[in-house]
Amino acid sequence: MNDLIIAGHHFQSRLLLGTGKFSSKKIMAKAIEASGTQMVTVALKRIDVSKNEEDIGHYLKSMPVQLLPNTSGAKNAKEAILAAQLGREALETNWLKLEIHPDPRYLLPDPVETLAAAEALVKLGFIILPYINADPVLCKRLEDAGTAAVMPLGAPIGSNKGLQTSGMLEIIIRESKIPVIVDAGLGAPSHAAAAMEMGADAVLVNTAIAVAGNPVNMAMAFKLGVEAGRIAFESNLASTSAYAAASSPLTAFLTE
Amino acid sequence: MNNGFRAIYDRYPWDEVCARINAMTISDVEMALTKEGNGTPEDFMALVSPAAEMKLEEMAQLSMQLTLKRFGKVMQLYLPLYLSNECQNICTYCGFSFDNKIARLTLNEEQVLREVEVIKAFGYDHILLVSGEANQTVGTDYFERMVRLIRPYFSSVMLEVQPLEMEEYQRLIDAGVSTVLIYQETYHEAHYRLYHQKGKKSNFNYRLQTPERLGNAGVHRIGLGALLGLEDWRADSFYTALHLDYLQKQFWKTKYSVSFPRLRPAVGCQQPNHPMTDRQLVQLICAYRIFNEHVEMSLSTRESPAFRNHVIKLGITAISAGSKTDPGGYAGKLAALEQFEISDDRSPAEVADMIVSQGYEPVWKDWDRAF
Repeated sequence: MNDLIIAGHHFQSRLLLGTGKFSSKKIMAKAIEASGTQMVTVALKRIDVSKNEEDIGHYLKSMPVQLLPNTSGAKNAKEAILAAQLGREALETNWLKLEIHPDPRYLLPDPVETLAAAEALVKLGFIILPYINADPVLCKRLEDAGTAAVMPLGAPIGSNKGLQTSGMLEIIIRESKIPVIVDAGLGAPSHAAAAMEMGADAVLVNTAIAVAGNPVNMAMAFKLGVEAGRIAFESNLASTSAYAAASSPLTAFLTE
Repeated sequence: MNNGFRAIYDRYPWDEVCARINAMTISDVEMALTKEGNGTPEDFMALVSPAAEMKLEEMAQLSMQLTLKRFGKVMQLYLPLYLSNECQNICTYCGFSFDNKIARLTLNEEQVLREVEVIKAFGYDHILLVSGEANQTVGTDYFERMVRLIRPYFSSVMLEVQPLEMEEYQRLIDAGVSTVLIYQETYHEAHYRLYHQKGKKSNFNYRLQTPERLGNAGVHRIGLGALLGLEDWRADSFYTALHLDYLQKQFWKTKYSVSFPRLRPAVGCQQPNHPMTDRQLVQLICAYRIFNEHVEMSLSTRESPAFRNHVIKLGITAISAGSKTDPGGYAGKLAALEQFEISDDRSPAEVADMIVSQGYEPVWKDWDRAF
């Protein structure tokens, strides 16, 4: 497998993990290890530096992974920018998963606020990976704004419904100059494999692993799914076709 | 302003609601179960109906799964801080009732900080400020001062006090309040007056419209609930669900939570008119989850340790532990009486251990001053 390159950094794993919803930090750590991931996202609102060893941020910093703090909880650009700045200080990283969802139920991202915040945060020196709906035009706008990747959703967060946005994801992947990480909604390793076969550069998974009966084994299953999908993609997966190869080609007369 | 929720409420006469709930059949319940977290208020009627009692185990299984998917294996911890037991209302079920001859106390800055010190030592980061209703001494000015005073110590400051005006809520939100809990107590308008005989609280409509004032003020989260035991819990919970359904369409950026205060014995107070069994409370918790996969649910120390140990997996997302319901109760007894007796008197650490032993992670901080 080729390396995944984001903002000049090389990653051998193409699976990113979310750290919410786990039953304990110990199981989370084991799942991270089993997944082979090299980048994990953590909600800034969960970080409590006053708790030292007990703090999830402190815990993750001791692991060999790139920390990707996220702004979950922010409802607009202003809140996200403030949270990002506090997070940069607390976690000592300028990587940021930009999440702005004003709707607390489906947690669907606000495109207008996300673009505004991305523009401001790039100027402030952040490496921005924005969580967005699968909107090809928005992806190009974010690319123009200087984000390091785009993270379109497959389905609403936590829904486990898979690649419901596949038609738009195909366009995004085809047109993007920056890495495309399919985020949210991937409920099974087969969903992750399908995203990778489609040509996504990486996927991010949380709920499907964290609440599985056996999160550690499920993390491994996702690792294998992602690798299978990626290897298939790099091996030029045979394309499907609606047409049979005609035995009497329509253009045969040209050579007659 | 339009009539808002009141107009919807008026379409559901109490007796008719009770009759409809009682007439629900097993097939209504089965239909409601297929909605898996996205039900209508009519589905909720089926889920709280006597017919649904036959399906309790199925409801519990589904409720647990939906909660796991949406919230994960975590449990938020919060603690109430009683600021004052002064109250001008006469409420037949409450220990703070004006006609109750108890010592009255409103904490000053120094006393509040002493409470904060103890609460922080427990590990808490989400705090719920509670008071009676004494607008002259314990009004918005007082709340704003106290919120600003404790804001540096907590990520999330929640409020459970008398209903206020929208502008007052805006001031308190600016000061740092993220959540306001406002329980209707009962949606039975005629009987509401019997329980709330005197004081501002006797105004049913003003209380009913409070969540809308909160929504307009732009609060992050609104907590709803009915005081279980005053009236038929099935009907009161239906109106709560109806209220929730209305609010989340009207104020789509706001989060919602529901609570399950079951009437507890308190000095000089009446016993519940309509007692609710443990089994029925489990049914209600599951009904809310199957009706609405997104709503947060909290369970207080009113409930017993054994009950709380078992139900936290069934839909609950937040619990309190080590609560004192008398002002100044954390730093030491200040001779003020409790609002109600707590039933689970385990320490926060003991409850956190219990959560861990159930395979869940206790979460102390899940909000940030940046928001």
